[in-house]
Amino acid sequence: MKNSGKIITKDLNLFIGKQHILKNVNIVVPDNKITVILGPSGCGKTTLLKSMNRLTDLYPEMVLSGQILIDDKDILKAGAEVPEIRRKMGLLSQRPYPLPMSIYKNIAYGLKINGVSNHKELDDKVEYYLRLANLWDEVKDRLREPASTLSIGQQQRLCLARGLAVDPEIILADEPTSALDPLSSNAIEKQFVKLKSSYTIVVVTHILRQARRIADHIIFMYLGEVIEQGSANKFFNYPEMDKTREYLKGAFN
Amino acid sequence: MKYFRYKEEKIFRVLMLVSTLFIVLALAIIIFSILYKGLPMLSWEMISQTPKGGFYLGKEGGILNAIIGSFYLSVCSTLLALFVSLPLALFMNIYLKRYKFVLNTVRFFLDLLWGVPSIVYGAFGFIIMIHFGLRASLLAGIITVTLFIIPIMVRAMDEVFKTVPVGLYEASLSLGSTRSETAYRVFLRQCYPGIITAVLLAFGRGIGDAASVLFTTGFTDHIPVSLMQPTATLPLAIFFQLGAPIAEVQERAYAAAAILTFFILIISILARLSSGKFQRNKINF
Repeated sequence: MKNSGKIITKDLNLFIGKQHILKNVNIVVPDNKITVILGPSGCGKTTLLKSMNRLTDLYPEMVLSGQILIDDKDILKAGAEVPEIRRKMGLLSQRPYPLPMSIYKNIAYGLKINGVSNHKELDDKVEYYLRLANLWDEVKDRLREPASTLSIGQQQRLCLARGLAVDPEIILADEPTSALDPLSSNAIEKQFVKLKSSYTIVVVTHILRQARRIADHIIFMYLGEVIEQGSANKFFNYPEMDKTREYLKGAFN
Repeated sequence: MKYFRYKEEKIFRVLMLVSTLFIVLALAIIIFSILYKGLPMLSWEMISQTPKGGFYLGKEGGILNAIIGSFYLSVCSTLLALFVSLPLALFMNIYLKRYKFVLNTVRFFLDLLWGVPSIVYGAFGFIIMIHFGLRASLLAGIITVTLFIIPIMVRAMDEVFKTVPVGLYEASLSLGSTRSETAYRVFLRQCYPGIITAVLLAFGRGIGDAASVLFTTGFTDHIPVSLMQPTATLPLAIFFQLGAPIAEVQERAYAAAAILTFFILIISILARLSSGKFQRNKINF
């Protein structure tokens, strides 16, 4: 394992009131790989993911301490540049949240707020990112229609395209396939594998099989603690901790 | 036990049906009686002329003064209230969301203000008028009605913004939007139909209220040409006509009521039409 990573947390602790949600989390997320944060429901995976792009700011009851280093900069110390930090990290949530506008504008929105105003450039980029998310052929004739008319699997790919369009370096995905049918899930997983050469991808999941399919690097969490982390090969074939072995055998979920 | 559950189901179905019928019936009777008594009196003269010399004695003239007065008053008040209410409601749901105690306090006071009777706003407007040496005027009326409908508009919008799922908020922020971009580009689009409803609700209260304009706007037979002049309004026109001792004038009150109802109907339809496109874009969660 490399010593430096794209995202590094140091002694990250998170409390909600007296509840200790994240306990001394020290993780390293390597560049240009798919890192899967694995663990049973309610172990703090999603919270850890949301703290990475400061969405925890929305919940005043969450108290964070420690460091989250992204490219060696502590984002917990950031002030006014938070929107820029968030832009660098595309978020794919459990169920798609398309913006209340047309398919075209869903992609163009992020481009516009980040300074692209030329129509030709917008058209080109919208097409480029819809192709990148493997959605273009399905929507090219209905770009002006509301995003709400798409199926839920298409909406999730639209959200992926929208996130990619603002040129992030990291993709954060929070159980991105949990609301999707198997075909759409498959499409999203394939997309991640295709994209990993140019992005750092972090996927939260509680589906062991999904982790086996896509993970290069695993962070295994249980009750707010990181039990084990390392390459997927090592994690699945030569687990170090008893807890990991139990989990892999399906002793708890 | 099982049997009772089915019976309960039936009872509630009947109950709902009865209450729905009751509301629809009440509305139908109101509209019918207004039209029945008002339509015969509704003439071109009624809506195209101001009261002539013998108007209150059942002679010629119309209520154009009140129609135009109410139009000025309600449109100006609604626009002014909108300029205050929309930013406030957005502020509450985007910036104040973190501060639950402050937010709930603001909501509590707005609800209190909503509950204050309009005659109290009228009395308050009257005090302000005296303080600034104003006479009963269109301006004083606009200020009073604006104050009176702001809490209604803010709380109605607030309820709409509350329905925006936190996931949509997070999605917008994750694209690098600031909070104000999220407010004006995402929340507004998602909530447009609801905002229109809130504005209509406030407009309806503003145009239909008599007590708040009684002291502040006054009444006159002339069409207002300046903000500083007293102005006639439809609710007061109805009030004065009903109070007249002559049957013919009393019947004209129903014509005025029909015009007022018609006014609200037209505005509602226009607003609905304008929200069609946004209704389609709205994401249903």
